[in-house]
Amino acid sequence: MAVAISTPLDRANAMTRWHPVATEHDVATRSLFRGKLLGHEIVVWRADDGFVNVWENRCLHRGVRLSIGSNTGSELVCRYHAWRYANRSAGCTYIPAHPADSPARTITNKTFPSVQKYGLIWTAHDPHGDVPNIPVLDRTILDDTRGSDDVLGLRNVAVNASVPLVLEHLAQHRFLPSATIGSSSDVGADLAAADMTADVSDYTVTLTATSGHAESTVVFFVQPVDSARSVIRPVLAETASNPTVILRHHAAALARFVRSIESAAAETAAQAPMPAALETPVVLPTVATAVGRSAPLRVTVRRKWETAAGIAAFELVAMDSNTLPTFQPGAHIDVHLSGGIVRQYSITNGPGETDCYRIAVKRDPASKGGSVALHDDIHEGDELQISEPRNSFPLRRNMPHTVLIAGGIGATPLIAMAQALDKNRLNFDLHYFVSNADELAFSELLTSFGERFHSHIGLSPDKTGEQVTALLSAPAATHQVYACGPPPMLDAIRSIADQQGWPGDAVHFEYFENTNEIDQASTFSIDLARSGLTLDVPSGSSILDVLRSNDVPIVSSCEQGACGTCAATVLEGEPLHQDVYLNPSERAAGHTILTCVSRSTGGRLVLDL
Amino acid sequence: MSTALGDRIDSSILDRWHPVAPLEELKPGAIRTTSLLGQRLAIEVDADGNVTTTAVDSPGQNLPTLSKYCYLWVCLGEPNVPLFAVPEVDEPGRRILHAGTIGVHVSAPRAVENFLDMAHFPYVHTDILGEEPHSEVAEYQVHVDPDTNDLWATDCVFWQPMAATTSTTGQLTDYLYRVPHPYCVILYKTSPIDERMDVIALFCQPVADDYIQANMFLCLLDDENSTSMIRNFQLTIFGQDKPILENQYPKCLPLDPSAETPIRADKVAVSYRRWLSDLGVNYGVIPA
Repeated sequence: MAVAISTPLDRANAMTRWHPVATEHDVATRSLFRGKLLGHEIVVWRADDGFVNVWENRCLHRGVRLSIGSNTGSELVCRYHAWRYANRSAGCTYIPAHPADSPARTITNKTFPSVQKYGLIWTAHDPHGDVPNIPVLDRTILDDTRGSDDVLGLRNVAVNASVPLVLEHLAQHRFLPSATIGSSSDVGADLAAADMTADVSDYTVTLTATSGHAESTVVFFVQPVDSARSVIRPVLAETASNPTVILRHHAAALARFVRSIESAAAETAAQAPMPAALETPVVLPTVATAVGRSAPLRVTVRRKWETAAGIAAFELVAMDSNTLPTFQPGAHIDVHLSGGIVRQYSITNGPGETDCYRIAVKRDPASKGGSVALHDDIHEGDELQISEPRNSFPLRRNMPHTVLIAGGIGATPLIAMAQALDKNRLNFDLHYFVSNADELAFSELLTSFGERFHSHIGLSPDKTGEQVTALLSAPAATHQVYACGPPPMLDAIRSIADQQGWPGDAVHFEYFENTNEIDQASTFSIDLARSGLTLDVPSGSSILDVLRSNDVPIVSSCEQGACGTCAATVLEGEPLHQDVYLNPSERAAGHTILTCVSRSTGGRLVLDL
Repeated sequence: MSTALGDRIDSSILDRWHPVAPLEELKPGAIRTTSLLGQRLAIEVDADGNVTTTAVDSPGQNLPTLSKYCYLWVCLGEPNVPLFAVPEVDEPGRRILHAGTIGVHVSAPRAVENFLDMAHFPYVHTDILGEEPHSEVAEYQVHVDPDTNDLWATDCVFWQPMAATTSTTGQLTDYLYRVPHPYCVILYKTSPIDERMDVIALFCQPVADDYIQANMFLCLLDDENSTSMIRNFQLTIFGQDKPILENQYPKCLPLDPSAETPIRADKVAVSYRRWLSDLGVNYGVIPA
């Protein structure tokens, strides 16, 4: 009896390597796969755009496994409170408990890179280099005259044994060349019939079975699940013509292998499980944000086309990544143009479409040059600088029915909203007012809304007013209105909604041309006692924003005044508390301020920073 | 035994009363075993119904017990913290009921925090305690009673399609939450048939730091429905919570405010975590 003497897995090295964590079949459409790598639980899911997400399997809110949630095809929805996380970026896009708020960008899940190769999904914590190339598998793929890239993934098995022990035993594993497998499922004695050669590397064993002229090679990839648990993922280096028989043979041979290695593993010294928590704290995204918050993003124009008469659409992709920052429906980006011109454009994407941003620009010869420059001077392949998305027009999703009213180019945020409502299975009607039928932007999307899309073409201002009056004739507690368009139209909608008795909080506007909304909040200064700095906090900026832009180190997490992470000590002055973290006596004492939301009642605060 | 336990478990837990069995399940002449705070207990009922509770690992020493609110309560330390009062049990016209016990592989504070949470109603208790798209959690108030040190959440309102067994239609339900004990939480909610409020409580038995027996105690204004119907309703609700609770990790509640991501709707959860920290609780939690 062999008593296995097994070295423990070198975890630090393993963290730098790519490992298979699922098969391509495990990430079927709209499914969620729960896996584990080096002690860390992960959730693996494929979005409808084909992208395979590998995330920490934990909702940032209360630690519930995301793998028990649902995959909408574009977002992952937590089962507990239905927080929605976007494909690719893993940023939170909606928190139903607070329908009127846009989630802080810091609420972004931990993601891992993913690669699909040899029928497997590969990921890594901190990869040095690429997914391993296995020449025998690459040759099979090249030689396959049918033109498919099929190598045959054999049944995967999980074993209660460490990777070193599995590798050691796999080197002794036996199977038959595919051509000599009989129809019997009894793999007993005839396994000895083939000659075996083994090639063992760090996480892979390649075995070749030879019998006469028949030869088959199987590559066994070994996934380190935990210190004493592994998954063996075998791939047959041939294009199988009778896969059922081959699969059955290998499954039976591996079942014997599992019994044998698990009894060997039971005799080795127990190994402590690997730490389940990631070494990086959950608040890590906040730190990243603190550094990169205001830095512009460099994007490339992947596609430019005329989506409607006088309206150019642009599809922007990140230059150095396959993912752009998370946005919510209603969000816009700043586009930086030459001469210091900055223009805001709404993102028209549907939920979870974080591989690109699509914006639409109407040519306005009367403008100071922004739209004309984009129309005439920016072409496919050109580089642009944009801001991260901001949302001053958040879409509430707690009403059964939403009426979207668009005037001209003001349709852009509403098109994003219509797609989000559609994905949320909420009712909506999109009314789109234009002068001419050829001015309807993104007509292919509009068509996809079916009967929920209504165009209103060539109406005079009076007729438009009549139509809006008809649309808003029956205020209902179950309905809400979102409108965006030229200011005169919005003014008319506002007064019609008032006349018809709509409550103010059920009707929402974005004054499309008034994009620099001015925050009415106070301005004051902060003295930082320890840093010796005096900084101005302008309206529209939080203390936290100002500290960050001046490189004063401060950590934050929720940025909603709920978690207390960004608290600072107040030495002088009276805070205007707007958080929910501090208790009444702490508020009254005034010694602490949450810098993300709270301000000053007076003109000056002295902080112990 | 107490000394060794006292080294590991703070007196805020050790010296408190914990439920270890529903009284109605203690039959004369029977011995029942269970665990509390990781200690194995034997509960023996003699032919006359007298109950003795001992620690299996130190037999012969009877532990202090209390029979109250449908449960047998035990203290493993010095029983110098009186069991909290539930004055409603003495009101006329109320029905007092042990609705059921469910074993849950989670810490007691995670279960209490879930009990304090309204935002999950539309998603976990769909079409019973909540329904989409009515998902908003309106602003509510939280305070600690200066006399009793109970944690309260007041002015809570939530839309419920079927708030109780006596409901015939949806209603905006008013809630009050009271946390009188680190592992016990009481909910007062609008009764569909009375001006007073129904009392629904969760009394957790901390079997281990990551495993509880969740006892559901009711003090209801319902003289219509059968006991089994009321029990089934409560078990249905808790059965929906169980898979969520068992998929939370870490299983112990992290008290560091930055360990998870609270939002405004979590005001009472944030306060509960701070309240546990202030009490010094170190069992079933990950101290800050």
